[in-house]
Amino acid sequence: MFYSITLTHILTLSSVLLVLGLVGIVLNRRNIIAILMCLELILLSANINLVATSHFRADLAGHIFTFFILTVAAAELAIGLAIVTLFFRNRGDIEIDSADRMRG
Amino acid sequence: MLADILFLAFATAIILGAGTVVLARNPMVGVLGLVFTFLNAAGLFILLQAEFLGLLLIMVYVGAIAVMFLFVLMTIDIDFVKLREGMAAYLPLGAVVMLALLAELLLAAYAAPISGVGNPIGEGADTSAAALGALLFTDYNLPFQMAGLVLLTAMVGAIVLTHRRRSDVKRQNIAKQVLRKPEDSMTLTQPKVGGGVTASHWEPQTVEEK
Repeated sequence: MFYSITLTHILTLSSVLLVLGLVGIVLNRRNIIAILMCLELILLSANINLVATSHFRADLAGHIFTFFILTVAAAELAIGLAIVTLFFRNRGDIEIDSADRMRG
Repeated sequence: MLADILFLAFATAIILGAGTVVLARNPMVGVLGLVFTFLNAAGLFILLQAEFLGLLLIMVYVGAIAVMFLFVLMTIDIDFVKLREGMAAYLPLGAVVMLALLAELLLAAYAAPISGVGNPIGEGADTSAAALGALLFTDYNLPFQMAGLVLLTAMVGAIVLTHRRRSDVKRQNIAKQVLRKPEDSMTLTQPKVGGGVTASHWEPQTVEEK
């Protein structure tokens, strides 16, 4: 099917995507919504890895893992955004640095 | 050959979309970049013979998660420009760490001995969904049920976290309305001729407050 694309190329893509997500977390470290979006990018890179390995190794287990990662990502995001909404309602902003009420 | 070109196109689009998410000034643009990224990732999944997962990615991410992001972004009133102040403070150190990580990952990717090609779907099933279902409902049945439980927990948790009973709005109390009797709200009097109805005849039952 692929002529010259190998697993290495797809792993390169997912590595770049993972690093982009991490850079996004560093850059937008005060904006919790941007951090959640970058988390989704990181999870997507893991999914691309799994699906590509599944394709090139002829093993469907990678698809199963991707399926469960999708499920858990959706659940995590629902809870995360609920917490963001609650945080905004209580504090009036979504800045991570303002979550310091427990600081001693 | 066509698959190669498609892969390169999808990969470029994924990187561009991810860059938009990372660098967007307006988080609304970031969410749209996320949608773009996930649409192209779905294309890549379909290219990799994971049609079901590709369509699932569109449904879950574009249909649910992106809408959830947009919804939350619209309900909160935030000056996002202020949040970007000092964003470059950790960039030099972060860039060094990230470049080192990327180099390590690429080294690992290029050293990987995996280079086989095969058909993950197998001979028995004709589509990715059928093959996935055959595996999901047999070997992975219990984890599948657990995934449903995780989603249920997330749903209940999100509702419990964000639900609030507002005290500043008037509500209809149906039980109280049904229990209300004529004696509670009506008094029959026999006023004298020429006397009229005075306040002494009328003692309304005070409707108790909630």
